[in-house]
Amino acid sequence: MYGNAYIDPNEKANAMIAGEDPIKLAEFEARIARGEKIEPKDWMPKEYRKQLIRMIEQHGHSEIIGALPEGTWITRAPGFKRKMALMAKVQDEVGHAQLLYSAAETLGKSREDMTNDLITGKSKYSNVFNYPAFTWADACIIAWLIDAGAIINQVANAKGSYGPYCRALDRICTEESFHLKYGHDNVVTLATGTPIQRQMVQEALTRWWPPIMHFFGPSDKISQHSEILMRWKVKMASNDDMRQQFLNMYVPKIWDLGLVLPDPKLKLNEETKKWEYTEPDWDEFKRVINGGGPCNAERLAVRRMAEERGRWVRKALYNATEKYVTPLA
Amino acid sequence: MIKSLDPRVTRENIEENNLIAPLTPMDNWETYEVFHQKKRGDQHMHVGIVHAPNPEMALLFGKEQYGRRSITANIWVVKTANVFASEYDDADMFETTPEKQYREAGGYKVMDKINKYKKANKA
Ligand SMILES: [Fe+2]
Ligand SMILES: [Fe+2]
Repeated sequence: MYGNAYIDPNEKANAMIAGEDPIKLAEFEARIARGEKIEPKDWMPKEYRKQLIRMIEQHGHSEIIGALPEGTWITRAPGFKRKMALMAKVQDEVGHAQLLYSAAETLGKSREDMTNDLITGKSKYSNVFNYPAFTWADACIIAWLIDAGAIINQVANAKGSYGPYCRALDRICTEESFHLKYGHDNVVTLATGTPIQRQMVQEALTRWWPPIMHFFGPSDKISQHSEILMRWKVKMASNDDMRQQFLNMYVPKIWDLGLVLPDPKLKLNEETKKWEYTEPDWDEFKRVINGGGPCNAERLAVRRMAEERGRWVRKALYNATEKYVTPLA
Repeated sequence: MIKSLDPRVTRENIEENNLIAPLTPMDNWETYEVFHQKKRGDQHMHVGIVHAPNPEMALLFGKEQYGRRSITANIWVVKTANVFASEYDDADMFETTPEKQYREAGGYKVMDKINKYKKANKA
């Protein structure tokens, strides 16, 4: 999952292409306009590199941190088959992080630096994982709907311009289809089960709806910054468009199960074909992303613990004749 | 101390500000390029990289990362440092020109001659 890296689209951006060689920039943009991919050793604007590193790295962190609330439920998942399936899903997510870090690495940021920026809180990850998975049903809602949101984002980004990121996303998207089916199956099982199971999944859905509405980020303001990122195929769709796509695909499926979404304003406007909804609480979003959520401290403390406790093994295996070379693709 | 919903996390007695020394270069080792063969008879295809301290572990990580979810017959790993690659900037060296038709199958047309010969020798 979880490619909704938080790029502030409202940043002042006139400096984005300052100092770039106009001829090289024109060639670079023409290549992208022709639908060709950019490869690691190609010339690229500084800002293109910077934005991609930030986006891919945050996407990688989201996969790692996202494995924590779900991993919690492996031992308590109901039944052997679900334990096995959840274990496979969590392993996939950690594998996604590896693929994404590898793609970011081709742009010149070392994996060690990325991990440092995660564990010191300098880099962000998807805000939804700062919320806890209270019950088994929460884990099911995450697997279905958070992965669904992630797929929308990842399918869009897979058509972007940076070759290594696109290749990683293609592999990732293949695995995500299992996550989505698995999550949907679990939610349907609860929603069509006993009254207690139905209540459990309804409560989880009610809890997760605000973070889900936050998932794609605030509306993009039209700015030169976001226009350039779209032209460079770094950003492939506006946050609002992705949110609309999500609502279009999943609200009917949720309503099919007779579940209630905690937003009385949510409806499809038949004329505009757009979903109307209560504006999400973006102050809450900012508060949580900046460290104020229920699980921020735990997520980073657990990640630091894992790093520290595994360190001696990695040091023991290190061979001083090794030399780091930036990966090729 | 971190108090988690997950009792296993709580039992670890993790300090909330458990600051640790930062990672240093090579903590995650060097990289290996991974080549994956789907089935016997297929070409090995480059699929990505793994970080590993030695070739044996690169194979192990390569299997987990790239062979876990797809049919796999065989995997190769090669140190990134040992790969020599051409430059994209030199891509024009791969271009071919119309006068190089002599090295393409389509550059050879014999039917005209055969038909002419057949016609001439019919009489
Ligand atoms: Fe994922
Ligand atoms: Fe996933």
